Amino acid sequence: MIGKRRKKINLTIDGTKVTVPEGTTVMQAAEQIGIRIPRLCYHPDLSLAGSCRVCIVEVKDMGYYVASCSAPVWEGMEVRTNSPEIREARRDIVELLLDNHPMDCQTCERDGNCELQNLAYSLGVRERLYEGKRKEFPIEDSSVSVVRNPNKCILCGRCVRVCAEIQGVFNLSQHGRGFHTVVAPAHLVKMDESVCIQCGQCINVCPTAAFLEKSSTEAVWKALANPDLHVVVQTAPSIRAAIGEGFGYPPGTPCTGKMITALRLLGFEAVFDTDLGADLTIVEEAHEFLTRFQTGGPLPMITSCSPGWISFMEKFYPELIPHASTCKSPMSMLSTLAKTYYAERMNIPAEKIFMVAVMPCVAKKYEAQRSEHMMPDGRPYTDAVLTTRELIWMIKCYGIDFTRLPDGQFDAPLGIASGAGDIFGTTGGVMEATLRAASRILTGKKPDRLEFTEVRAVEGLRDTYVAIGEQNVHVAVANGLHNAKTLLDKVVSGEEHYDIIEVMACPGGCIGGGGQPYPSENYHVLDPQLLRKRASALYTIDGSKELRESYENPALEELYETYLGSPGSVKAHQLLHTQYRPRLPRGIR
Amino acid sequence: MNQHCPSSTDNWPEVKAVAERLLGEDLVQFIEACRKTSEPNSYLIAVLHKVQSKFGYLGASHLDAVAQLMQIPAAKVSGIASFYHYFRLQPRGKFIINLCLGTACYVKGADHLAEKLKEELGIDFGETTSDGMFTLEGARCLGACSLAPVMLVNEDMHGTVTPDQIPIILDRYLKKAKRETTNPPET
Repeated sequence: MIGKRRKKINLTIDGTKVTVPEGTTVMQAAEQIGIRIPRLCYHPDLSLAGSCRVCIVEVKDMGYYVASCSAPVWEGMEVRTNSPEIREARRDIVELLLDNHPMDCQTCERDGNCELQNLAYSLGVRERLYEGKRKEFPIEDSSVSVVRNPNKCILCGRCVRVCAEIQGVFNLSQHGRGFHTVVAPAHLVKMDESVCIQCGQCINVCPTAAFLEKSSTEAVWKALANPDLHVVVQTAPSIRAAIGEGFGYPPGTPCTGKMITALRLLGFEAVFDTDLGADLTIVEEAHEFLTRFQTGGPLPMITSCSPGWISFMEKFYPELIPHASTCKSPMSMLSTLAKTYYAERMNIPAEKIFMVAVMPCVAKKYEAQRSEHMMPDGRPYTDAVLTTRELIWMIKCYGIDFTRLPDGQFDAPLGIASGAGDIFGTTGGVMEATLRAASRILTGKKPDRLEFTEVRAVEGLRDTYVAIGEQNVHVAVANGLHNAKTLLDKVVSGEEHYDIIEVMACPGGCIGGGGQPYPSENYHVLDPQLLRKRASALYTIDGSKELRESYENPALEELYETYLGSPGSVKAHQLLHTQYRPRLPRGIR
Repeated sequence: MNQHCPSSTDNWPEVKAVAERLLGEDLVQFIEACRKTSEPNSYLIAVLHKVQSKFGYLGASHLDAVAQLMQIPAAKVSGIASFYHYFRLQPRGKFIINLCLGTACYVKGADHLAEKLKEELGIDFGETTSDGMFTLEGARCLGACSLAPVMLVNEDMHGTVTPDQIPIILDRYLKKAKRETTNPPET
């Protein structure tokens, strides 16, 4: 009905008159008058399941309670969201869920930020009337990134929906029937034998602890306590934009300085900035792109920073492997330099360096363990990967009063970075940083403009032409792999020619990564408002820096002069580039 | 195919070949016909029925092959196969034992037979012995109440069975299987 306004519907909710467009649900209509009906399986960015029945309401003349998430409004409808009966019914529903749920809240990782726990509290569950049967599934921790604990699963199906609808992976499905139903990959195989790409969005949307990241905190505590090790850390661009949320700051508060100080208090001997790895990625990638651009391919070149995307490509689009940039990710570049360049400069044997990476991402745990990212002696360049959530917990565990910390500075030389590195943490950031670099190389002078706002926006897809010097470059940006499929299918079919494509597995890019803090009240996972706030923190940091182009980074200049030679050199290739291969099981696109 | 996409890293031809070899020409053709309709996914259950009637069960590799050839995510295929009672995800034994658990058989001691069968075979209802000989299943009524308690082994009805007859009956079938392996019946 293009151009036609939707019909207005009048109804009353708890005695208040409301007018909403036709097709609005009761739950949405109630939100307009400030009533947030309790919910569990509902997620605003996923399809409707209507399975948990927590959001039921009373509708006049209906013989049964109605699930408000999926019931559209009608003219003259009279809704009650809060009669004593409906409150009791909701409470009973949650109690029945709890009857089959482990009673281990105090020792559960989600204690304090569990939606089921919060719901039980707000609905007034204060005693357990029945002891239900407990689920006794084995905990599945074969994956280096994602742990699946079906005993805590309440079968809301959000993970199934996010995996299929947002990521286009469809690794999870409900198997079996009734009480024995279990959410798992096909044939109940282990996660690391499935088409899972380890993005961790299932962890983010899970209301309980049925999905969690594989914890690395114990390994890091142990390394920090070992006097023989030189323990260093790097933090990804998007950590500074989100870590504050764990300490009560509103989303979008940049916390770079406090984060660095906290890391020093935890005992890290040097704090590096993954942004330098990002700058280096840009220089190497721009060189690679221009070589391909001038010698005829393969184009489009597709970025390679997101390990979830790389895994997706290897399983779902293996024919596109030649298109992926061979550049290692910023994390892996920086880790490699820490155990080569930095180790030599500091005269510390590489095996004495313990490299920790704080990432917004659980797939980075997988990337760090890939055989391509091992040192010649078979040990990994990145020894441990912590998610933002894990670092927040470590800071709290140590007793650090984050909000009172003074600002610290990253350590030279692996901590000097441009604003182009900062914006890597948000969708479109790698593209913008690349365009800044390409402008400089193609025009041979300082670019006329540094901000390419046409590639900014947290929404899933952008497809545009950017004029650089004499060239008109066709660029596209995708975040969320379901969105990426739209672009990739066009590349495979040859329907559209692109020069360069940025793909980030997670919605919004790294700021919406699978390892980021669970959103505070008033926000939800995948919330564009939340993602915009986190992105704005990164654009603010970039805008306030003198140094905004990767090519101007003095630390890189020195690195190339004294160590790597030139971009794309043999040594740069040895240390900073990698390769990919098709992997099974093959995913269905 | 895009000329910029060299096929050297594309494993689709191998994945497809493996799936086709496993399912066989008849099923491949059926799936292809389904895919030409306007709603190919709605044929998934029909395809699963055909696969099961050909192989006797739906193994993980069968389901994967169906997923690839129909281009339906494997998790969805296996989720559906595991939901419906009719679909069997494990191979079935050479001899299917259907023990009647209906009212008449039950009052005549079918529960003792069930215990004895489980003990002798080392399996539960719905399971198959590791040698692939017996699958144990329960039936609600076999329509032979006058012979209660009854059990059906493939097509043979055994009436007024007592627990101590169970090992003898099972042994008879094992011997029969052995005879057939040494002297295969003429076809």
